Amino acid sequence: RCGSETEGKERDGASDNETKSDSGVPEVPVSADDTPEVLNKALSGLSSRWKNWWVRGILTLAMISFFFIIIYLGPMVLMMIVLCVQIKCFHEIITIGYSVYHSYHLPWFRTLSWYFLLCVNYFFYGETVTDYFFTLVQREEPLRILSKYHRFISFALYLTGFCMFVLSLVKKHYRLQFYMFGWTHVTLLIVVTQSHLIIHNLFEGMIWFIVPISCVICNDIMAYMFGFFFGRTPLIKLSPKKTWEGFIGGFFATVVFGILLSYVMSGYRFFVCPVEFNNDSNSFTVDCEPSELFQLQDYGLPPVLKSITGWTTVKLYPFQIHSIALSAFASIMGPFGGFFASGFKRAFKIKDFANTIPGHGGIMDRFDCQYLMATFVNVYIASFIRGPNPSKVIQQLLALRLDQQLHIFNSLKAHLTEKGLLPALEEAA
Amino acid sequence: SHLQGSYGEGEMEGDSKADTPDVPPSTDNTPQCLNKALEGLSSRWKNWWIRGILSLTMIIGFFLIIYLGPIMLILVVMGVQIKCFHEIITIGYRVYHSYDLPWFRTLSWYFLICVNYFFYGETVADYFGALVQREEPLQFLVRYHRFISFALYLAGFCMFVLSLVKKHYRLQFYMFAWTHVTLLIVVTQSHLVIQNLFEGMIWFIVPISIVICNDIMAYLFGFFFGRTPLIKLSPKKTWEGFIGGFFATVVFSFFFAYLLSQYQYFVCPVEYNSETNRFAVECEPSNLFMIQEYTLPAVVQNAKTVNLYPFQIHSIALSTFASLIGPFGGFFASGFKRAFKIKDFADTIPGHGGIMDRFDCQYLMATFVHVYITSFIRGPNPSKVLQQLLVLQPEQQLSIFNTLRNHLGEKGMLPPAVEEAQ
Repeated sequence: RCGSETEGKERDGASDNETKSDSGVPEVPVSADDTPEVLNKALSGLSSRWKNWWVRGILTLAMISFFFIIIYLGPMVLMMIVLCVQIKCFHEIITIGYSVYHSYHLPWFRTLSWYFLLCVNYFFYGETVTDYFFTLVQREEPLRILSKYHRFISFALYLTGFCMFVLSLVKKHYRLQFYMFGWTHVTLLIVVTQSHLIIHNLFEGMIWFIVPISCVICNDIMAYMFGFFFGRTPLIKLSPKKTWEGFIGGFFATVVFGILLSYVMSGYRFFVCPVEFNNDSNSFTVDCEPSELFQLQDYGLPPVLKSITGWTTVKLYPFQIHSIALSAFASIMGPFGGFFASGFKRAFKIKDFANTIPGHGGIMDRFDCQYLMATFVNVYIASFIRGPNPSKVIQQLLALRLDQQLHIFNSLKAHLTEKGLLPALEEAA
Repeated sequence: SHLQGSYGEGEMEGDSKADTPDVPPSTDNTPQCLNKALEGLSSRWKNWWIRGILSLTMIIGFFLIIYLGPIMLILVVMGVQIKCFHEIITIGYRVYHSYDLPWFRTLSWYFLICVNYFFYGETVADYFGALVQREEPLQFLVRYHRFISFALYLAGFCMFVLSLVKKHYRLQFYMFAWTHVTLLIVVTQSHLVIQNLFEGMIWFIVPISIVICNDIMAYLFGFFFGRTPLIKLSPKKTWEGFIGGFFATVVFSFFFAYLLSQYQYFVCPVEYNSETNRFAVECEPSNLFMIQEYTLPAVVQNAKTVNLYPFQIHSIALSTFASLIGPFGGFFASGFKRAFKIKDFADTIPGHGGIMDRFDCQYLMATFVHVYITSFIRGPNPSKVLQQLLVLQPEQQLSIFNTLRNHLGEKGMLPPAVEEAQ
């Protein structure tokens, strides 16, 4: 394979100087077999192909059970898991960068990459803490100052890293150092922002975290099954194993799964209520009056379905309608995230991102389809579900000057009086 | 090729340094008239004169567009942004020889348009609130702005994935990353510049002038007194230039801020007047721009007081940043040019190089000014807060109304009639 790739590039003309050296990049060493001993013993009798299938299957079940356990453990544990996954993904991608650029010996670079990761996380977590833990922050003096000047502090920390980078530039390694700098920043952009959007979704309600991830996992599995049994027409040159039958079958299966899963979850407050921080008990609570989205409503069926099923109306949660949008996105766009990762792996001639999970590869391999999903859910919620966060609006209101507050007070009063929300007594003012 | 040997085994990717063809010698863009006028001088003085004349021309151009007002400024910022983007992307093409990559030019410009659409949309929604409420299609676009921007970006992302061609995977990923990092640097900075502009033209003019002054002062001090080199990356910079430039810049900004703080034209936030459909800069200047008495510290004998604008104190912070950290932006750009073996970003300005060469120290300044303003100067934008209020659910609005009423009542801001009604 190595030889034919080089030949192809030569034929291309001299245009790929940067990639000519491709033939020089050493192949990634053969994956170390991480499978635990116990599994190896249990499956010792089977042929290699079936053994691989069983290992993948068992690990898949293990991961799904693990997923349920951490959901049960609650929001705190979920956030920590998200943070760990983020750190591991970052580590995997940066390690690939090191092996691609042979830059293990670059001065400072490991330190700088982790420093930038810390900075960006500090920035995002600070914004989250300020938004959701507002009262706690106002109480504690050091936290209050940190929160008031948060952006400035984050910017100062980032600048320090930037200056260290400039000071660390070494004559022979300029290009490598700029490459790694760019690589680190793009990785941060992809991995860290996504993980924070996931946490924001989580705070809206655990259902907004569980359903999207489950839809993507389901789409993965269903597309694989449909492809396995019915697959014939290849989908895209990038991933030769994907087929149109798998894609379409996975789409319909995921939509149905999404509707059913949302129906099951919408009934429980634990999943449906926004996660709130209780000042008195200093812990997270999920207790509320479920919003309209999670209350059964009657929908009239279109005549087509009426004739088939004989029902006139059907009771659904409005959230189930939204779940159709989510699962449609997961089925259609999610795979593009997977193709992107496949292209990336081919571009840098690696088989898997890492060897963390036996049979599956690295953490990134499992999360490649999730990238776009988290952003989509966040944008979807912001656009269609909720307006701005009321406590955030009050925060901003109280930070304004008094004359501006008065002006807003009068505008709001006029607006509410128009809507008839204020009793007539107030109008006398 | 002896370079390859000294690299040793490990540096395959960097090896091609020796292979990258040198950038073709700069074409001489100098206009004919200048060339005729300076015929007699030697090459070194000729270069100095060209640089000097172009510097003066650019500074005059700067004053001209300030005079022409905010709309012109916004257009010029946009023009500069597009040119910077173009310059950096062109360098990427040259480094990776990727002129023939399918789709890539289209995709880069498409992403530029997407990101600009996103940022300009947010700005328009914030500052043109009244106009937006009037026009129905604008209202729709504003309400679903993030979703539309995301959808546009996704379309570009999918096009990229579909455009991946077997032989060119790595190149395509490199260009994709190159485009994104460029967007991150160039487009976000330009939008922060525009946000600063809306705060008041003084927040646009003073930072840029400070950076230019620091550039010129550090050069002059270095020219006359320079001895100790500052950093290996830029051998022409000296410690004398650095320190002299620092003090000169602080003094310059102090006086320049004093000069500008007197005029409403510079000091007032730029507002869009819905009736006349134009920008207006008229207001009651804030505390920052009203003279106050400051007592000099006891060190100075005969403790006197001075009349200063508070803004002048802030300008010291701005000029300190510009002098101490700004140069790092310049070193970054120098390192970048050495890494990719280019002398200048482009040949747009005779004697100076490309637009990016002039703006390299400004990168960090715009972000710093923006962060400074949001942290120390102003709170949230009142019209934005009102907007958000009106979008909430009626019950939430009512609860906020009551909270606000109690708060204002405590502060004694409400007329007695309303208080009694409580």
